[in-house]
Amino acid sequence: MSDKDPLFSAKNLKLLSDPLNSSNPITVQVLGICSALAVTAQLKPAIVMAISVTVVIALGNVIISLLRNTIPNRIRIIVQLVVIAALVILVDQVLKAFVYDVSKQLSVFVGLIITNCILMGRLEAFAMSNKPWQSFLDGLGNGAGYGLILIIVGFFRELLGSGSLLGFRIIPESWYITNGGVYANNGMMILPPMALITIGLIIWVQRSRNRKLIEN
Amino acid sequence: MENLINIFVRSIFIENMIFAYFLGMCSYLAVSKSVKTATGLGIAVIFVLLVTLPVNYLLENYVLKEGALAWLGSSFAAVDLSFLSFIMFIAVIASIVQLVEMVVEKFAPALYNQLGIFLPLIAVNCAILGGSLFMQQKEFQNIGEATVYSLGSGVGWFLAIVGIAAIREKIQYSNVPKPLRGLGITFIVTGLMGIAFMGFMGIKL
Repeated sequence: MSDKDPLFSAKNLKLLSDPLNSSNPITVQVLGICSALAVTAQLKPAIVMAISVTVVIALGNVIISLLRNTIPNRIRIIVQLVVIAALVILVDQVLKAFVYDVSKQLSVFVGLIITNCILMGRLEAFAMSNKPWQSFLDGLGNGAGYGLILIIVGFFRELLGSGSLLGFRIIPESWYITNGGVYANNGMMILPPMALITIGLIIWVQRSRNRKLIEN
Repeated sequence: MENLINIFVRSIFIENMIFAYFLGMCSYLAVSKSVKTATGLGIAVIFVLLVTLPVNYLLENYVLKEGALAWLGSSFAAVDLSFLSFIMFIAVIASIVQLVEMVVEKFAPALYNQLGIFLPLIAVNCAILGGSLFMQQKEFQNIGEATVYSLGSGVGWFLAIVGIAAIREKIQYSNVPKPLRGLGITFIVTGLMGIAFMGFMGIKL
């Protein structure tokens, strides 16, 4: 494993920064939307989910990358699934032990990290053909890109839907109609369909700023 | 019987895999460009859900759940293997998908050609694993309820993907703002469909 590149060469840093914008896993590669949206009604579960996915994807990438020369091609999908499933079980047990209430809120979606397409996508496309360190950076970058979108969506949904962030009240009580003000929460934001529409709008903003990404 | 119909209708319209839980979105977005392929994938999902969910139900209730091993003798009655459920479910799903693929290839080559690459990809479709995990959470009374639930979720997923495929075929003729074309408008249309499906909320049979 003689690596001529320094650990943080420009090429390696690009692996880390590209997924945040121009090859974002959610808005550009269209991966991992499955479990992403259902947990974004509030900011806290969105952050926990983002961290969990980042941990699983970075470690999974490293493990598969270390094993890449010994995995027989025909059964690689099963091997990848087993590695991911083992990591997800670890994450699930840690969440249950330390943040039980969030783990209850996330319910089946922790388990669904296993079938999160980002994981399979990155393992298949990157870790199977790259060295461990690069794979680790790629995993971190993609996890962060995924988390970024999750946190943006969670931020707007909790702020507009409940008037709070991370459970702390942002919109003052006195603004509300019930207290003689003029403001009311938008109850629609908490419902599932608004998560999709919010992502649609994020894509719109991103693509109008970065015209290269426009599809025909 | 009433109970079964209730589960069926609920899982299609109210707890729709796509509009309420966003499960299977990856393939939903990637394969919904034409109605024909969407139909093929939809049928494959119904089929695989219908096979894997009852198997996972048996596994959950006779092996994994706390006290589920009691049939082996009283010394096993306290064993709780539920932390293994993720890995067991995904293993069952992956192997059944492989099995289904081989059986379909042997006995129904026409269907096999139609489904093409979708069959192996279904192993990593969130809707399949999601179905099993929801089954675990809902604690169905018997295998009949679990089977009806799997059929209902499959049909709900099928309806959603065929619907969006039909809309996307028509949307090509409309003047969508450029940055919104393709992915963006699909998300927003799915959101609007979800709002429409919310009209079914509160149905009780």
